Amino acid sequence: MSFLQKNAHLGGLLALAVSVLLAPRFLPNEYYLTILIVGGFHVLLTVGLNLLMGFTGQISLGHAAFYGLSAYTTGILTATFHWPVPAGFAAAVGLVVVVAWLIGIPTLKLKGHYLAMGTLGFGVIVFIVFNEATDLTGGPSGFTGIPKLSAAGLVVSSDRQFYYVVWGVVLLLFALAQNLVRSRVGRALRGIHTSEAAAAVLGVDVAKYKVFVFVLSAFYAAIAGALYAHYVTFISPGTFSFHTSVQLVTMVVLGGMASLWGAVAGALFLTVLPEALRAIESYDILMYGGILVLCMIFLPGGLAEGFRKSAEAVRGLFVPKSPSEGGKARSPR
Amino acid sequence: MASASQLLQYVISGVTVGSTYGLTALGFTMIFNTTEIINFAQGEFVMLGGMLAVFAIRWGGVPLPAAVALSVLLATAIGVVIDRLTIRPVRGRSVIALIIITIGVSILLRGGAMLLFGKDTYSLQAFSGGAPILIGGAALLPQSLWVVGITLFTLLGMKFFFDRTISGKAMLACSCDRKAASLMGINVEAMVTLSFAFSALVGSLGGVILAPITLTSFDVGILLGLKGFAACILGGMGNPFGAVAGGVLIGVLESLGAGLLSSGYKDAVAFVILLALLFVRPTGLFGKRMTERV
Amino acid sequence: MTMRRGMILGIAAVVLLAAGLAQAAEPIKIGAIFSVTGPASFLGEPEKNTAKMLEEDINKSGGLLGRKVEIIVYDDQTDATEAVKAVDRLIKNDKVAAIIGPSTSGSTLAIVPKVEEAKIPLVSCAAARKIVEPVKKWVFKTPQSDLLAVRQIFRHAAKSGIKKIAIVTASDAFGAAGREELKDQAPKMGLTIVADEVFGPKDTDMTAQLTKIKGTDAQAIICWGTNPGPAVIARNRVQLGMKTPLYMSHGVASKKFIELAGVANAEGILLPAGRLIVEGQVDAKHPQKKLLASYIKEYEGKFKQPVSTFGGHAWDAVMLVAEAIKITKSAEPAAIRDGLEKVKKFYGTAGEFNFTPEEHNGLTDEAFVMVKIAKGEWEMLK
Repeated sequence: MSFLQKNAHLGGLLALAVSVLLAPRFLPNEYYLTILIVGGFHVLLTVGLNLLMGFTGQISLGHAAFYGLSAYTTGILTATFHWPVPAGFAAAVGLVVVVAWLIGIPTLKLKGHYLAMGTLGFGVIVFIVFNEATDLTGGPSGFTGIPKLSAAGLVVSSDRQFYYVVWGVVLLLFALAQNLVRSRVGRALRGIHTSEAAAAVLGVDVAKYKVFVFVLSAFYAAIAGALYAHYVTFISPGTFSFHTSVQLVTMVVLGGMASLWGAVAGALFLTVLPEALRAIESYDILMYGGILVLCMIFLPGGLAEGFRKSAEAVRGLFVPKSPSEGGKARSPR
Repeated sequence: MASASQLLQYVISGVTVGSTYGLTALGFTMIFNTTEIINFAQGEFVMLGGMLAVFAIRWGGVPLPAAVALSVLLATAIGVVIDRLTIRPVRGRSVIALIIITIGVSILLRGGAMLLFGKDTYSLQAFSGGAPILIGGAALLPQSLWVVGITLFTLLGMKFFFDRTISGKAMLACSCDRKAASLMGINVEAMVTLSFAFSALVGSLGGVILAPITLTSFDVGILLGLKGFAACILGGMGNPFGAVAGGVLIGVLESLGAGLLSSGYKDAVAFVILLALLFVRPTGLFGKRMTERV
Repeated sequence: MTMRRGMILGIAAVVLLAAGLAQAAEPIKIGAIFSVTGPASFLGEPEKNTAKMLEEDINKSGGLLGRKVEIIVYDDQTDATEAVKAVDRLIKNDKVAAIIGPSTSGSTLAIVPKVEEAKIPLVSCAAARKIVEPVKKWVFKTPQSDLLAVRQIFRHAAKSGIKKIAIVTASDAFGAAGREELKDQAPKMGLTIVADEVFGPKDTDMTAQLTKIKGTDAQAIICWGTNPGPAVIARNRVQLGMKTPLYMSHGVASKKFIELAGVANAEGILLPAGRLIVEGQVDAKHPQKKLLASYIKEYEGKFKQPVSTFGGHAWDAVMLVAEAIKITKSAEPAAIRDGLEKVKKFYGTAGEFNFTPEEHNGLTDEAFVMVKIAKGEWEMLK
């Protein structure tokens, strides 16, 4: 492979970084920053979930639980117990990682529908706890007064600052995910997706890897959750419901399950689309269902596949086909 | 401490609600037995049973028995359509793909019901009057008798179908080994469609007989579906009797939990049971099929 | 959305060109966030309808300060995150002068920091006491607080010689807030709570909770929630053969409740309510009579649905903002805020509003009347 090919992915990352830096200049007003910030949270969640669903072939229908658990933990620690924000943040992420590990060990022994239902059940239980443990979480009315993101005296107070913080984290964690996918671990994961039996025969500790990816995807969700809590400064159970878990799965499916860039595309698309389609707000529930069904039937590789196919089609217009391929030869004019 | 009549009351309520969980679970079992697919949209059939009956009366002015029949028929038809349009094109694909599609279908059904019928809650007339019968200090609704009666009748009907009729045995054959079944001349695709039809029939029946007691709205399907699935696992995936028994058991445990422990965490009961089973004993109480584990 | 924005820009451009610096022709923009979809849509839909209806009425009669009024409504889908996005859009994109709504306490509390920071007045249609206690400079609310409702119920119960009560509340924001007030106020009014049950807002069977209550010596049951939960409670109570008197919260003050519960099951239920639902029995000389009658006539004529007290909260919010603008003769956010605090003896659907720098809800006990359900109709108790 040429140098360019080997490091093409870095080019993509660079392009993303540049877009992130320049985007605020092109926005008509500060409101759009909010959309991009929330989009950033979704990208983090979706990339993590994609590692689990797309690359390892597992499924989680309760990922919103990790999102919420992290948000509530850091919220409660910093607002009720007055911990400094960095400590609360770290504790939240740490707690979610431990919970994910504990839940992951028995859950990932399950396969297919049982795994799906298990993660769903976990998500619902966590949601019920958010609603019922009123003394701790504020119950259905939500939890206010979470301090803004800060560390060592520096407070992230404006939307613009937060935008750069969030997308900085996104770039970092995205690069991490890319690295993972291209590494030996990534190959083991894909091997597991293709055939667990074959992978096991080749010496891959299947159970360990599956739990690892599950915990990693929960880690991404936890980062997003803690950032969310310190941005909106108010959290309520409704944001972390089964509906949200389904939205996340839809983002992964739409983007393309085995594609990290697809995850970014799916997350951003489904964050921005409802804004653009204000007119059909009440139909958005149909939209998610429709996307899931249509994508699975017609475009299982999601936007990533769609993009690749159109790129190939465009390229095909300029490359003359040999007679054996059955197409008419076209001169590149 | 709860009195005897209070305990009896909890059990009665639990059995009534649990019968619907059982019918929902029966639907899951039907499709699973034929296709090994878990149809996440099963709960929506239960919802449709109640809602379609309500609106047959509201919009069509038909009398109650006709409305019940009409709603079950319509729901069954919808089940067939779903199989044709969304399941058939993706047969043979990965389990995840199927799970995602049925989730998508359930969202579409729910969304469609919301847009068509609105978000309100609706009540359905009881089949034979609403005055409770007092037994030992506990109150029993006539409708509860309908619920339990119809559930048992359906169960027996299903058993007869699977044990005694050719089609029933054909359906079982499909789930054991699809290739062998088709080699034996069984039209596998038709069997799958039939299983969806049955599942929708059973689910919507459960919905319409329970609606007079518990009211109905466009989003009752989610929780019902999940609890129905828990009932399946409890009773042993693939066992119709187990499914219904599991449903009733979950209903009673929920009711006792709400009455004796805490009413706020009532919904969590079914899910805690589900998780405990999945982790410890996935074959459930009466199961004969092995789940796949690593 | 884009088309409307283009249209606004177009109008503004033409006006500026034609009249130089004359800003007078630009419409007064008021933002609104309602839960038009989602679990609280029974709140948001009548609120949105009412707000749009009033927008038309105000403009037809010449607008405010000679300018047209534009009410920009966003749906928060009963989700606090959406409410935050909506308020950002209203403040930064649409540049509104005041905001009414949201419909739920959760969404309101989520956006309070944003309106305080941006210094835009907020008139919420949500009920939680936390919204205005402790008082925040830029936040007001129109619904009667639960405290007033609880006091009305307890007063009636005490008068009827009741000493022991059972409470059964929904686990959502409204129910939880009610439960807090009930537990807080009971000892103050000489009542003891002998049972404290909770149900999920979408639960369809509360026989377990009621069975537990049946086993206590409660002399009355107080249920706090919004449809459909309380309707199920009403049905279950009759199904279990219980005769204990049942009080409801003002959250069920709509015909839908009676319809869901069933006329027979709703018989004899007592609840506090604003005068809106018993308008027909309100004395002709009462200061609220005229506005209630005309609101009901116009709303029911236009939307072919009965009015709800929730729509009334939006009526109050819009008209209060209009009143504030009239008082200060300015449509700048800070002026509107000051104007709101100056509002005195303003009659809305909920009651008589009197705002001060310390009082941002403005209602007293007289805002509620006790109502009994008789033969499927509301009967105001004197």
